[in-house]
Amino acid sequence: MKRQVTGLVLLLVLVAFLVWGVLPPTMRDFGYPPSDMDDYIIENAQEETANNNVVASVVFDYRLVDTLGEATILFTAVMGVLLLLRASKRKEESS
Amino acid sequence: MLTKIVRTVANQLIVFILIFGLYVIAHGHLTPGGGFQGGAVIVSGVVMMLVAFSSQELKKSLRERVLSIMESTGALILIGLSLAGIGTVFAYNFLVGTPIFGRIPDFGPGPGDFWTGGVVPLMNLAVGLKVVAGLSAVVLALALFASGEEVEE
Amino acid sequence: MMEHIPLNFPFLAAALLVGISFYIIIFKRNLIKLIMGIAMMASGVNLFLVALGYRAGGGAPIYTDAPEGPMVLPVPQALTLTSIVINVAVLALMLTIVIRIYRHTGSLDSEKSRKMKG
Repeated sequence: MKRQVTGLVLLLVLVAFLVWGVLPPTMRDFGYPPSDMDDYIIENAQEETANNNVVASVVFDYRLVDTLGEATILFTAVMGVLLLLRASKRKEESS
Repeated sequence: MLTKIVRTVANQLIVFILIFGLYVIAHGHLTPGGGFQGGAVIVSGVVMMLVAFSSQELKKSLRERVLSIMESTGALILIGLSLAGIGTVFAYNFLVGTPIFGRIPDFGPGPGDFWTGGVVPLMNLAVGLKVVAGLSAVVLALALFASGEEVEE
Repeated sequence: MMEHIPLNFPFLAAALLVGISFYIIIFKRNLIKLIMGIAMMASGVNLFLVALGYRAGGGAPIYTDAPEGPMVLPVPQALTLTSIVINVAVLALMLTIVIRIYRHTGSLDSEKSRKMKG
């Protein structure tokens, strides 16, 4: 019973904090973002990277090291899944 | 294994799904798309074949050695292309200006040319190989574990 | 062309998605429901990230046959792409661990597999 009341109070505090942080006086208006870096990228992406697609040139040219890290995470997760679904034969033989 | 109607329709539909997925991967520098999105389309085609035929049948076609070689090749191409321009910085786009993939387009909106893009189309291919091999190996291992209690070797 | 949207409605929808998934993670005991709550929280965060980069009256940031007008910011879309792929990989690993827990313990209750025994 005590655990339920504590959980309910914690949930109300968290949801109130999230909704207060998103409504208009705390957060800026919806369609007008500050954009200095993105203006430079939209202007100069066609001559520096020779590419018509600005999002692909951001993912694969301006921020290539992040894509390398994400490829490593994908590789490690696939390796982990294939390793965990394998070890049942030895356990059935020994028991 | 499902009925004969489902198997026949799946045999006909897999060709169109593979061609559409390869189109999304190959035109990743002109239209929205790229390596990750095209890889997800091809994996959904593989899941459709896994549902129509049983997993024991599909295990004879998708051997584990072929999938492992495909995934390692994709990772090696990605690292090799980013180390090839090591003269300037680590991840340099060294194909801009050369006639292989480096024609610079005119400024402003207009129809695109296929031979633009620098090093981006080759990286799209490498990431597409990696995603297809990795996710189809995961889906095949889960289906084999659930159906026959069979350990995959 | 488009005036200010009252109450910042897309940000409010993302905050409510995260709030509902908080309720699921705190109060439910079934392991499969916990995993669904984590996936819902990932969807809420991705929606918030894409909605941060919208410019009023803008189109897609691609120069091939582009319409007239301003363009939306491209950097939050690149961050969302990475986030979606990482969420898929972590979700696959979580489901595999739940399969092994069910084989070892025999039930899907999170209270029964809390105490660490040998």
